[in-house]
Amino acid sequence: MSDPGSKSPSALGADPGAVAGTQPIPGTSVASHPGGDPGSDLSVTLAAGLAAVTQADLGPDFTMPTQSGIRARPVTVIDESIALPPRHLPILAIAHVGKRFSVGGNTVEALRGATLSINKGEFVCLIGASGCGKSTLLRIIAGFETASSGTCAMYGQAITGPGPERGMVFQDYALFPWLTVRENIGFGPKQRGLLGQGLRDVAARYMEMVGLTKFADYYPAQLSGGMKQRVAIARVLANDCEVLLMDEPFGALDALTREKLQQDLLDIWEKTNVTVIFVTHSVEEAVFLSSRVVVMTAGPGRIEHDTAISLPRPRDVSAPDFNAVRREITQRLTSHVSQGAPA
Amino acid sequence: MNPTVPIPLSARLRDAAKTLVLPLLLVLAWHVAVKATGTRLIPAPREVAIMLWDFCFGGIYDDAYSKTILTHFWASVRRVYGGFFAAAAIGVPLGLLIGRVKLIRELVDPTLQLLRPVPVTAWLPLSMIFFGLGPKAAIFLVFLGAVFPIVLNTTFGVRSVDGKLFEAAAMLGCGGSSLFRQVVLPAASPSIFNGLRLGHGFSWILIVVGEMTGVQEGLGAVIMDARMLSRADLVIAGMIVIGVAGFVSDRILVMINNRLLRWSPQHHV
Repeated sequence: MSDPGSKSPSALGADPGAVAGTQPIPGTSVASHPGGDPGSDLSVTLAAGLAAVTQADLGPDFTMPTQSGIRARPVTVIDESIALPPRHLPILAIAHVGKRFSVGGNTVEALRGATLSINKGEFVCLIGASGCGKSTLLRIIAGFETASSGTCAMYGQAITGPGPERGMVFQDYALFPWLTVRENIGFGPKQRGLLGQGLRDVAARYMEMVGLTKFADYYPAQLSGGMKQRVAIARVLANDCEVLLMDEPFGALDALTREKLQQDLLDIWEKTNVTVIFVTHSVEEAVFLSSRVVVMTAGPGRIEHDTAISLPRPRDVSAPDFNAVRREITQRLTSHVSQGAPA
Repeated sequence: MNPTVPIPLSARLRDAAKTLVLPLLLVLAWHVAVKATGTRLIPAPREVAIMLWDFCFGGIYDDAYSKTILTHFWASVRRVYGGFFAAAAIGVPLGLLIGRVKLIRELVDPTLQLLRPVPVTAWLPLSMIFFGLGPKAAIFLVFLGAVFPIVLNTTFGVRSVDGKLFEAAAMLGCGGSSLFRQVVLPAASPSIFNGLRLGHGFSWILIVVGEMTGVQEGLGAVIMDARMLSRADLVIAGMIVIGVAGFVSDRILVMINNRLLRWSPQHHV
């Protein structure tokens, strides 16, 4: 499996350069912020990551500063000399976003007043019946559509178009059929000028991450649906994406493959600390995967409810507490439908 | 699931044998028909075979056509491929632009559709005025015949590229001219190849028309001359040579097609 240190700094959330420059005393920064919510207080998550990396990296030759008599430098979590996105901002800030399409002279309001703030490392599921605007919202975040009203920003910068930091995984894969698995995964890095051995190394790392090393030279037409979706995930991760946008990615797969991919996606999420926004209409899938479920309703599409899912992982879909959460989300979804909204 | 498995030799030979069944039956029918009717206008297969032998190696009739096949063949090949490559060089980029750029589509496409139904033979007098008597007029006619299927199929290929592939490319950082080379061209390549194959077929069809323009050498010229001389055996010999040449070069194109489109089994021919 891939070495987490080899993942890009931005996607890992901890910059090795910052680690080398600051040398925090292991453990202190975590202890000084007890009980902080890791979702909202980024510095705590970061410091914990830094401390872990520092301890591991220093090895047996390291002597504690207090023992050797050298005064420890002040603990700074973020090295200001390195240009990093402003950490205090949410990774995605969506404010009052609306979208209207004109279809044959008629205007259809697909989304109205969507407001959502997503922190780095969250796993957010957007759930709702068809026509609730969940895919539209995802496509606005991806930059494929522009919002008719409101703003959508990543680290405080307005999203103006598609970019490598926001990688979309489509339901029907959208792999390049004329490229092999290796070439599909290497497509993004290649656009950034990576060539030769460097490109092969990146592709190899992500093929290993999704378990497709043996299929490096296969074309998409020779792969099963589940394997194609693995390639699609690896393709955007290899491009250093920070936000993984997934539009019903497992909708076309059989149940067994879907379960396997859900588990693998969670492993990748935990390993890379990538932020995931996952569109689905399966309540079970949403509760199983996410750290937060956003319920959307149709006519016009809008955000109805936003719940944090605090069930411990790994989650058991047959456990009573899992069922309780699932029932609650289902009620939120169906209560709106039973009020007479068009299905 | 597995990459293509090589086909064993015995299976290949069996396939080859199957392809020969119908041609051999046709030759037999031809022979029987000539003998049964006793016609003197159409030669029997045997006479044509003798003519072909003389056309290739000489030593039988020793006339103006004996042992001249290579001269005529190369003259025709140059014209076929001159016209075909010119059509490909103009047709593929034009098709890509028409498919991708709305303004060019609006400017060029209606005119193209207007010109397309005009039979190539109808251009013969004009092409002789434009290019005089000689090979240039023949190349022009081959070009005209080949360019339309190439443009139309390329345009169709570009227009039918899945929009999600463009979104995927944009999100992975591919845009501008790089998009053309890395996404539009490969995505449209099955249709482009289809157009090239059609155009290539028309090129061989049109060589006889092209060589009606008063050239001395070429398989089409041989057929035209033989018609004047009432030598049906030479006419048929010329037809067979054109058929075989067209068939062989089509197989070469198919091999290139299958090699370049190995990612898409449904586009294998």
